[in-house]
Amino acid sequence: MAEKQFKVTADTGIHARPATLLVQTASKFDSEINLEYKGKKVNLKSIMGVMSLGIGQGADISISAEGSDNEEALRSLEELLKKEGLAE
Amino acid sequence: MTFLQGIAASNGIAIAKAYRLVEPNLSFEKQTIEDADSEVSRFKEAIDKSKAELEAIRDRAQVELGADKAAIFEAHLLVLTDPELNGPIEDKIKSEKVNAEAALKDTADMFVMMFEQMDNEYMKERAADIRDVTKRVLSHLLGVQLVNPSMIAEEVIIVAEDLTPSDTAQLNRQYVLGFTTDIGGRTSHSAIMARSMEIPAVVGTKSATEDINNGDLVIVDGLKGEVHINPTPELVEEYRNIHQQYEAQKTEWAKLVNEKTVSADEHHVELAANIGTPNDLKGVIENGGEGVGLYRTEFLYMGRDQLPTEEEQFESYKAVLEGMKGKPVVVRTLDIGGDKELPYLQLPKELNPFLGFRAIRLCLEEQDIFRTQLRALLRASSYGNLKVMFPMIATLDEFREAKAILEDEKQKLISAGQKVSDSIELGIMVEIPSTAVLADQFAKEVDFFSIGTNDLIQYTMAADRMNQRVSYLYQPYSPSILRLVKMVIDAAHAEGKWAGMCGEMAGDETAIPLLLGLGLDEFSMSATSILKARSQIKKLSKAEMEKLATEVLNMQTTSQVIEAVNAVTK
Repeated sequence: MAEKQFKVTADTGIHARPATLLVQTASKFDSEINLEYKGKKVNLKSIMGVMSLGIGQGADISISAEGSDNEEALRSLEELLKKEGLAE
Repeated sequence: MTFLQGIAASNGIAIAKAYRLVEPNLSFEKQTIEDADSEVSRFKEAIDKSKAELEAIRDRAQVELGADKAAIFEAHLLVLTDPELNGPIEDKIKSEKVNAEAALKDTADMFVMMFEQMDNEYMKERAADIRDVTKRVLSHLLGVQLVNPSMIAEEVIIVAEDLTPSDTAQLNRQYVLGFTTDIGGRTSHSAIMARSMEIPAVVGTKSATEDINNGDLVIVDGLKGEVHINPTPELVEEYRNIHQQYEAQKTEWAKLVNEKTVSADEHHVELAANIGTPNDLKGVIENGGEGVGLYRTEFLYMGRDQLPTEEEQFESYKAVLEGMKGKPVVVRTLDIGGDKELPYLQLPKELNPFLGFRAIRLCLEEQDIFRTQLRALLRASSYGNLKVMFPMIATLDEFREAKAILEDEKQKLISAGQKVSDSIELGIMVEIPSTAVLADQFAKEVDFFSIGTNDLIQYTMAADRMNQRVSYLYQPYSPSILRLVKMVIDAAHAEGKWAGMCGEMAGDETAIPLLLGLGLDEFSMSATSILKARSQIKKLSKAEMEKLATEVLNMQTTSQVIEAVNAVTK
């Protein structure tokens, strides 16, 4: 399993377009990918799951991936978060 | 053949097949099923069909409306294929042996409730996304067709109960020849949209959606406010002639595009246009507008999740100022509240929103919002001839406070080295009777007045303009309203200032002779009304209209006034 922590920097947090992008990217991989925030874990391939967390600016989140392409998945998601200025 | 009488909301004649923008019946019964596997595949099939449909709508929206507006359908697609939604639905079909419709509805309702209970306006709105998507899947399960206005690909007349801003945003101007609605009046959103799209419309027919079927041939007569359903060939022929005459008249009016607006006795008035976005400028220029008399900035704030940034606003204001090439542009600062809500401001519901926390009242309280807009305006001021006006001013103190805030932002920008025009005129909307009555005092401090008749009439008559049962009190020609208008114009002139009007009344055929006689300097109206008004004013003598105005001010009823105007002008 691959796992990584991030701090959300986007002032709108993770909803609307950022959430859409994250889910779209996660859905490209076979691995099971989860997003954890404040002890709550959701499927990162579920837009409703991601939005239900209500992640705001400054939040500490953790993304984990398990499966054949877990490392690649995590790398893509990290790239996206940084490229879009969402988290670091 | 059937005939409906409604309210003429936008000029012209349209003849085409009806397209009903009405929700289909999506009711169903919860049933126990035998074969869960085939029910699951029926559900998956409905998802696939919905997906194909949504993708087509998204692609279309991308071309027609831009990536920004298409993003919402991108989000819908994700909800549609969400494993956390579809998994439980499939489980429910298998474990409870219920039909797909019931499993879908029950599961989706649970999510809708969850989002609605969140204590964040943005999240609450996501509940609407889930509802939208559920409706689409349900329609495929039930085999009925949802309305997809953005997918219309032939010439049609839209038939709807009412049209919301988001409905109209989805309409393709190329194919929508006209529309008719059950409810609404001349000042409702649907009517204003029709005029800005320059398509004929009849609103307030009460029963259009009941009487018109998809595919019926319909004539929309936006000149008389009539709708004919499945007309005889003779009537169609007659209307084709009327349509041609109307087009010929428009060609005749078009010759006045580059002319000044002068009365028969050489008195000049200015005919300006009301606009909502920079996109409306094309219509202003094509119709020979001598300026923009009302730029409604609310549209920048509506239909989105958060406040527009200073930069976004600056770009819009600059585009309008540059587009008008030095002609006057009167920008009204944010007029939100009343019938115009911004969900993301999370303002508490009010019992009487039209008499409540709106427009300048809100701006003076929520100064961050106000200052951002003023900075954007001040920065744009060097790109054209900017005039700023504040809406819903009731007291001189309000005007002074708003002006002080503007001056404060101006000084800050100048000290920071920003170029700001030093000739920005500052005025107010006169739409509250207290301000009209005290206009002589206001005139000492403002640079101009713009009379907002829609609100001035509703506040003077104490009649909600959205309430059909009291719509008879919407009386622009009432001697009481005309006296208030006269007080405002006279007060402006006594101080060497100018007075304009930006309500519906300014473009009204019966009101124009009276307003000319009362000495109004600027008439701001829908762009499409300008050439007609110019042609009308050319034939009127100001001296005669002054006499007429003096007479009607001493009349007793609205009908007497209308009779007197008709007697002189027809």
